[in-house]
Amino acid sequence: MSEGLKSALVHGGLLVVLFGLQFVLPAYHHGNLARIMVLASYAIGFNVLFGYTGLLSLGHALFFAAGMYGMGLSVEHLGAAPAPALLAGVVAGLLVSGVIGVLALRTSGVAFMIVTLMFAQAGYLTVLYAGAYTRGDEGFVVQQAQRVMMGVDLSDPSHRYFAGFTLFAICLIATLWLVRSPFGKVLIAIRENEDRATMLGYDVFARKLAAVMISGTISAMAGAVYGLLFGYVGASFASVQYSIFPLLWVLLGGAGTIVGPFIGTLFMFYLIDLSSQVTTAYMLIAGIVLVALTLFAPQGLAGMLRKRIWRGLP
Amino acid sequence: MEIGPYLMLASLEGAVTAAVLALTAVGLSLVFGVMRVVNVAHGEFFMLGAVLAWWVTSLIGGHPALGFAVALLSVPVLVGLLAAAADMTVLKRVSHDPERTIVATIGILYILQQVTLMTYGPDARPVVPPFNARLALPWVEFVGGRPQLYWPWGLSTTSYKLAVIGAATLVLIGVWLGMTRTRAGLLMRATQMDRDMALAFGIPVERVYALVFGLGAGLAAMAAVLIVPIQQAHYLMGGDPLLLSFIVVIIGGLGSLPGTVVAAILIGLSDGIISVFFSPTLAKILATLLVALVLVFRPQGLFGERRT
Repeated sequence: MSEGLKSALVHGGLLVVLFGLQFVLPAYHHGNLARIMVLASYAIGFNVLFGYTGLLSLGHALFFAAGMYGMGLSVEHLGAAPAPALLAGVVAGLLVSGVIGVLALRTSGVAFMIVTLMFAQAGYLTVLYAGAYTRGDEGFVVQQAQRVMMGVDLSDPSHRYFAGFTLFAICLIATLWLVRSPFGKVLIAIRENEDRATMLGYDVFARKLAAVMISGTISAMAGAVYGLLFGYVGASFASVQYSIFPLLWVLLGGAGTIVGPFIGTLFMFYLIDLSSQVTTAYMLIAGIVLVALTLFAPQGLAGMLRKRIWRGLP
Repeated sequence: MEIGPYLMLASLEGAVTAAVLALTAVGLSLVFGVMRVVNVAHGEFFMLGAVLAWWVTSLIGGHPALGFAVALLSVPVLVGLLAAAADMTVLKRVSHDPERTIVATIGILYILQQVTLMTYGPDARPVVPPFNARLALPWVEFVGGRPQLYWPWGLSTTSYKLAVIGAATLVLIGVWLGMTRTRAGLLMRATQMDRDMALAFGIPVERVYALVFGLGAGLAAMAAVLIVPIQQAHYLMGGDPLLLSFIVVIIGGLGSLPGTVVAAILIGLSDGIISVFFSPTLAKILATLLVALVLVFRPQGLFGERRT
């Protein structure tokens, strides 16, 4: 079997299974899976930068929140319909990631991590400070009537599942295509050896900036869709925790793989869901998993698949 | 009250913040300087110091000064040992790789914070200060062209706050003497300059790392014990000191101890003064943006020297 066919089978198979699951899952898990698919799209966006370009950002919540607030504020204050509101969220993500990219990419390594963390923190505080518009910590609800997109009521569970599925499928297929394209190969070359990529004549800065903007825009799209589907926009989505989550999901699933972000999000979501029934200190699980991952499995679950079963897993 | 006494009050409060901040930030800076890793869990060691101080003082009872003295001596050591153990079990195994260390310390952050939530609970609890005499402060007033002292209402501080400033200064001098005059300090500086060369000369670099990591966490815990009679202990209190220490360490130049102290005084005082006149959130936004931009445009810090 050729590598291309195999990859189409694996990823196409995942999408078919996810599509089919909506008819058989009980309501609770049906709702969870819709949420997981949107969050996994966020993780896919993070993975473009972390897994494929080798840049670890600790401030992706800024992009997620840019999308969410771009969407939410235009609905809340401008009375926008869902479609233009989503577009506003995506454009907000594109702009924010462009500005942050130009500034943060002047640094590298640890400084890049701290700079992105600081910008995201400033963004979070700005959301709190502009409480008159954003309602700060409390957040605001996107009413059911404002969530009807072209005649489809997105607050209905089955529509919501399908919308989440559509977003996830688009992100999955787009990144699969991206990393197999010449541009994606250059990103991987930068991850492996930046100096060599520079010496080969590639404009490394421009490629990295593009990677930040693609990653930020996908994250913003996920944020905008999340706000629209679940009807709530709040400052907690801009907090440090939401910058750490995609890192956790991607590390757990496997950085630099296409299915990794989904596997990681699925695992972590249910791990936290189960543990929060036992204790309020559910972030303890996140901490233990992070430490265990860095110690024992830095390549994650899909990374292990790649090592043991199929070396060509994209 | 006119502006003068107001400003004096703000700078006194700022000086207390600066003293505690300097201790915390020097701990972070030491770890970064010698080990070249960023300890994101630093704020949680601070929190742990405060929580343990509450625990020790409530365990001992009797006169508040007795419990506090025991806490001041024992808690930094306990937290330091815990941090050294974390270094030897976790960070050593990822070979102190800068990026993986950040991820691992984020994990440690959540573990410490959530275990505290499970055992200590979500309440903020006070520690009684060992002594707390209220000191009224005079202000100069010109009556008919001649200066005259008077005591404006509300212009006061407590003896404990002054003691915090004094204690922090003593500890900082101690750290400086330790780094420049003792054999352990010599080993640390050698490791900081060139890890491989230090190893070649037979310096047990791994042990130096564990010592530095413990010392850094111990300084944060010491700062927390000093501040907890003013601030109360809470399981989420680690966030602000972490952020502020980051700001201080970056402005002062990563790894430079004198720069860190100068920056701590600068940030502590201005934080106190800005918070009096503006919204604290706005002050924090400006401070974080300033730090990010300093890192982008002047990565060696405002006072640091350019490193190759």
